[in-house]
Amino acid sequence: MINLRVLAASAAVLSLTLSFVSEAAANGEVNVYTYRETKLIQPLFDAFSKDTGIKVNVVSASSGLEQRMKAEGANSPADVLLTVDIGRIDEAVQAGVTQPIKSEVVEKVVPAQYRDPDGQWAGISMRARVIYASKDRVKQDKITYEELADPKWKGKICIRSGQHIYNNALFAAYAAKHGEAKAEEWLRGVKANLAQKPSGGDREAARDVAAGKCDIGIGNTYYWALMMNNDPEKKPWAEATRVILPTFEGGGTHVNLSGVLLAKHAPNKANGIKLIEWLVSEQAQQMYADQNYEYPVRAGVAINSTIAGYGKLGPDPLPIAKIAANRKAAASLVDKVGFDN
Amino acid sequence: MISIVSLALQPAGDVWHDLINYVLPAALRDTALLLVGVGALTLLIGAGTAWVMSRHDFPGRGMLLWLMPLPLAIPTYLAAYVYADLFEPLGLVHRTLAIWLPLGDALGLLPNLRSLPGAIFVIGLVLYPYVYLAARATFQVQSAEFAEAATTLGAGRWTIFWRVSLPMARPALAVGVALVALETLNDIGASEYLGIRTLTVSIFTTWLNRGSLAGAAQLACLMLAIVAGLIAMERYGRRNASIAFSAESPHVRQRTPLSGARAWIAFAVCVLPVLIGFVVPLSYLAHQALGRGLLTNFDPLLWRHTFHSFAFAALATLMALMLALATTIAHRFRPDPLRYLVMSIAQTGYALPGLVIALGLLTPVLAVDNAMSVVAAWIGRSSPGLILVGSGMAVVIAYTIRFLAVPVGMIKAGFDSIPRDYDESARTVGAGQAVMLRQIYLPLLRPAMLGAVIVMFVDCLKELPATLLLRPLNVETLSTSIYQFASRGNFEDGALAALLIVAASIGPVAWLTKFSDVPSGPA
Repeated sequence: MINLRVLAASAAVLSLTLSFVSEAAANGEVNVYTYRETKLIQPLFDAFSKDTGIKVNVVSASSGLEQRMKAEGANSPADVLLTVDIGRIDEAVQAGVTQPIKSEVVEKVVPAQYRDPDGQWAGISMRARVIYASKDRVKQDKITYEELADPKWKGKICIRSGQHIYNNALFAAYAAKHGEAKAEEWLRGVKANLAQKPSGGDREAARDVAAGKCDIGIGNTYYWALMMNNDPEKKPWAEATRVILPTFEGGGTHVNLSGVLLAKHAPNKANGIKLIEWLVSEQAQQMYADQNYEYPVRAGVAINSTIAGYGKLGPDPLPIAKIAANRKAAASLVDKVGFDN
Repeated sequence: MISIVSLALQPAGDVWHDLINYVLPAALRDTALLLVGVGALTLLIGAGTAWVMSRHDFPGRGMLLWLMPLPLAIPTYLAAYVYADLFEPLGLVHRTLAIWLPLGDALGLLPNLRSLPGAIFVIGLVLYPYVYLAARATFQVQSAEFAEAATTLGAGRWTIFWRVSLPMARPALAVGVALVALETLNDIGASEYLGIRTLTVSIFTTWLNRGSLAGAAQLACLMLAIVAGLIAMERYGRRNASIAFSAESPHVRQRTPLSGARAWIAFAVCVLPVLIGFVVPLSYLAHQALGRGLLTNFDPLLWRHTFHSFAFAALATLMALMLALATTIAHRFRPDPLRYLVMSIAQTGYALPGLVIALGLLTPVLAVDNAMSVVAAWIGRSSPGLILVGSGMAVVIAYTIRFLAVPVGMIKAGFDSIPRDYDESARTVGAGQAVMLRQIYLPLLRPAMLGAVIVMFVDCLKELPATLLLRPLNVETLSTSIYQFASRGNFEDGALAALLIVAASIGPVAWLTKFSDVPSGPA
């Protein structure tokens, strides 16, 4: 029989236990809110702590961190926000939870294209949205994004949901370049070429190509490298395909950016800036390239050999802000053409 | 709630034009089909197995008793990943079949899991325990008199099931199916992965890609309205059905012993859902965990994650149980519209996606936190930081709100099966409310309460979006740790954390099912 008093007592004990879980905001610490999975960045944070003696505390989430910072207001423990895509960078700036990163180091090291003119954010790494093409069935070596709507690919393309942030950014870039009307026409064409309803993730795109469901899958650069190098079970999926770096007709491969922002009410602002500067240091950029298979933003840092094997990346010069400005239009077009239906 | 409504009251920009024209028709259709499919499947499996388990004795029943609810421990999105992996053209099922059967092209006819039927299959087979637990709690305390009277009138076993037991179990079945429906409505991981664009998926894209939190909140309110409509319809449908049985003592009916083929069939009927909903995903995860050397390179941090998961879940379950008892007891002693309203509101949290609840909670919870800082500053103390969020209490509050419907619904159904006559008899002999509570209600409500505790606890262990957003710095739970891998496209590397969720659930489930099994009555 459940005794109410026992219940109440246990509740009290448990809540006491929980209160020990709480964070600290002492000197020598920096608090990071991140959209990047902790497993991936922990090695970088560990190296940073070793270098500087500053402890890094982390919360990672998949969405809503800027809302949390907004609600926390002046008491927010957040110093630094790490994002994995353009959309979240834009959201955070729009939410007014950031302040300019005033750092000569960042200005010197990060190319102007990959940081905000007002200093609200800086890019740390890039990944490209590319094509996993069947080794057997696709003979072409070059494909443009525009060409994906060509009827010759009818029933041959696999892709995840058109509303996923990676596709959203690609479609937004397309709309920014060609205008909404052309983008709509293009999306209808791509939709008509799909082998199946958009589903799964990027690695499933490679698997579906390997299984013969489609000839080309759309995915990010690092998934392919991860399958090839880190997962024996999935290696055959990568081996059945080769990565083609597509470009827009005028040139340029679509890249998305993971970025770093300084919190408006950062309690450990100096440490926050130290961390940001460290993340664009040669050492950190090399770690990014080798462990995450991403393209470093800093010039002169060697990219990982697997990624280098895709060919030379010529990132689309379209300013990030233009892509962010077209996010909503892209989301709207995806629904309008019934891309996911 | 209020803060979600206030979010919804902000101008949403021009998103509604698109939503109405392009999003809602497909989202409503997909959501409706998914709900009907999953509802029917879980009702069939849940009620069927509960009936077999509560009215029959057969070899293996003891083991099944604690296996049956275990699919609850498998998060829907993990089940989706596992089954999609298994049934892909390069997956285990195809490869195995290709070796043993010369089917050739016929393999292409195997079901594609990334489809609506696939989603119904996967979600239904991990959610059926909601119906099973609710149904079993009722089937086994159902008064034997009705069945005996029916037998006297010449009714067979099936007639009794269809005409007597099933109608009498309707409130419990409704609660079970309602929980399944709400859980399905809430699911985002499995639906999105399998390519089903439900309302919840639309809420997320409205927020994330259209940058319209207000539009997303308005969609959430629409969803809430639909849920309220469904609940009202269900209530209306049974407005004339008085459920509580006669004043006769509900002596428990003896379980019929089965032997031979019948015993085998009973065993098969019950074991099949467990195999599909639990054993297969579990084995696949175990296989992945072993194959990837996750055990040999055991990450000791996982113990910390387990502790956090356990503490959050246990605390929220206790809070919810107390709140549920308070509201349902108040309603029982003095049913009036106000108390009814309180009870109904307590159930709405389940209808909202976890992330919407988390977003809705941010403002009020942090307002309290910030107010405490102001007070601290005013009395000259240094700021204590954010107490509710910093301590993880925000997560506990989110769980409590999100899952309160489980104990409220189940305990309410438990109350419904206690005859009102009992109350009057008790009052006649001068028993006060406290005595009635201790000596009548709580003992009779035990199966319902224990069922509620299991479901709620396990639900909390699995919860992801609210945990992600509201947890303090440096705190991971098992589910957030699985998420770290899954979002990288490598959910298999989180297999060990998934196994720990299951392990953490098995203990309470086994212990509680043992206590919730009413002994077979006298011959």
